[in-house]
Amino acid sequence: MKTLLSWRAPALSLLVFLLMIGIWHALTLPKVMPVTAESEYAALVGTAAATGQKSAFPSPSDVGRKIMEHLSEPFYDRGPNDKGIGIQLAFSIGRVMLGYLLAALVAIPVGFLIGMSPTVYRALDPYIQVLKPISPLAWMPLALFTLKDSSVSAIFVIFICSLWPMLINTAFGVSSVRKEWLNVARTLEVGNLRTAFRVILPAAAPTIMTGMRISISIAWLVIVAAEMLVGGTGIGYFVWNEWNNLSITNIITAILAIGMVGMLLDLMMAKLTKLVTFPE
Amino acid sequence: MSDPLIRIEGIAKKFTGRDGVITTVFEDLHFGIEPGEFVCLIGHSGCGKTTILNVLSGLEQSSEGYVFVGGREVSGPSLDRAVIFQSHALMPWLTVMGNIAFAVSSRWPEWNDMKVREHCQKYIDLVNLTGAEKKRPAELSGGMKQRVGIARALSIQPKMLLMDEPFSALDALTRGVLQEEVLRICAETKQTVFMITHDVDEAILLADKIILMTNGPRAKIAEIVVNTMPRSRTRHDLHKHPHYYRIRNHLIDFLVDRSKMFSSSAGGYDPRNPPLVTPGLDPGEAPAVDPVKPQVVGGAPLTVVR
Repeated sequence: MKTLLSWRAPALSLLVFLLMIGIWHALTLPKVMPVTAESEYAALVGTAAATGQKSAFPSPSDVGRKIMEHLSEPFYDRGPNDKGIGIQLAFSIGRVMLGYLLAALVAIPVGFLIGMSPTVYRALDPYIQVLKPISPLAWMPLALFTLKDSSVSAIFVIFICSLWPMLINTAFGVSSVRKEWLNVARTLEVGNLRTAFRVILPAAAPTIMTGMRISISIAWLVIVAAEMLVGGTGIGYFVWNEWNNLSITNIITAILAIGMVGMLLDLMMAKLTKLVTFPE
Repeated sequence: MSDPLIRIEGIAKKFTGRDGVITTVFEDLHFGIEPGEFVCLIGHSGCGKTTILNVLSGLEQSSEGYVFVGGREVSGPSLDRAVIFQSHALMPWLTVMGNIAFAVSSRWPEWNDMKVREHCQKYIDLVNLTGAEKKRPAELSGGMKQRVGIARALSIQPKMLLMDEPFSALDALTRGVLQEEVLRICAETKQTVFMITHDVDEAILLADKIILMTNGPRAKIAEIVVNTMPRSRTRHDLHKHPHYYRIRNHLIDFLVDRSKMFSSSAGGYDPRNPPLVTPGLDPGEAPAVDPVKPQVVGGAPLTVVR
């Protein structure tokens, strides 16, 4: 009975998958129409194109073939406009990681300070409230103008968008550490620095990690848009480039790859969160 | 009083409400705790019991009055006074050993890991937690968690132990076992203890003196009841002692009736010297048939309130 139940969810998943592929396949079937094209025109562009039988949207098998093609050679490099999807993803992940880590280096200490001191909290709160709702892409022109480098600008945009969830969660986690644990530290005459690292940091770690998990998801959302704007390399640029090539199969492949990487990043953060979370 | 380890002089706690009205939780409290003495504080909720304990520990400031420990005024928390919290306050990310080691390495920062671990082990063994060193608080039962709390407090070898209703969250059976352990440990280590409780039997079992608080606001010490039973008492023979019901009835009478009717203007009441009551040893009553003399409290007048 138990084994039966444990197979139900995957079986249902598979069914949904097959259903979606089936609908997709049905919608992209070549239409059967009488040949109305002039024979000369058909000879010129090919019969299928002339009669409009082949759907403009790729069928599942087209995309499947493309994915296999990309998977068989993900890291090829044939000049600036033709790089493997693996290389493009690596560029994007690299930018996300760089901007994200820089944001963590700023957000966690500042968040700690805000969480520990109500004065600092009240002083910085108006700035955070104004800066937080700004779309990270709105910073792009300013970044391009001041930093004068498209790649650095993309990293800056990632930095800005990752900053706020980490900052706010760190501050919240630090300020809501159970009073009892702080009292234990006080009665043991533990110094401020030791209390910060041995009591407050581990107590706030799950909340901080939640902020970091939200941040990495947002960063991965933003990098695609940012790379579409700055161009050059990255999965966002790849999508835009394939749009210019009108290669819908490549775009679908890239979309799936973006989803997969996003999922892996989130899973990774979930694992890390679990490592620092202890039930009471 | 000969030389109390801790002396409380006229402490009061007042809060200013939002409308500017000052609420006095308690005021004009005076008492002392002798070295090696076990003192319980009983009172209804709202009389500021936890606040009193926090003031003694230094975690909170009193609005008026002073607390002296060993002749020096308390200005903040200190390793001299260990606190056992009601909700055990263990850190869930540390193991049993880690929780105690955190306290030990705070007390003796110069000790190396080896020495800290050896010292911790001694106290883990003392509270009968041998074998659970590597467990985290989430894997422990409520009683075991509180044992860790006790071991952590004792491990820093404080001059004084402050307990805030340490067993109130436990079931009756576990509570009984832990009370006996505390009794044993206090006898072994001659620890001075101040404990808050709302359990009359717990107070009779553990305490040498029981401080009775009137109801808040403006709570005061109504009287201090001396436990007239021998210190060798145990949970099993406690209720067989002739003084047991006298003390118990006295405490229950107080909690049910007199705590709310208490008036400080009654003749002879002096907050600096709250009446000392010795149920079972009142004049006129024959001393109980008990070979062991109860602890005599020197100096203070034996005022009878009844």
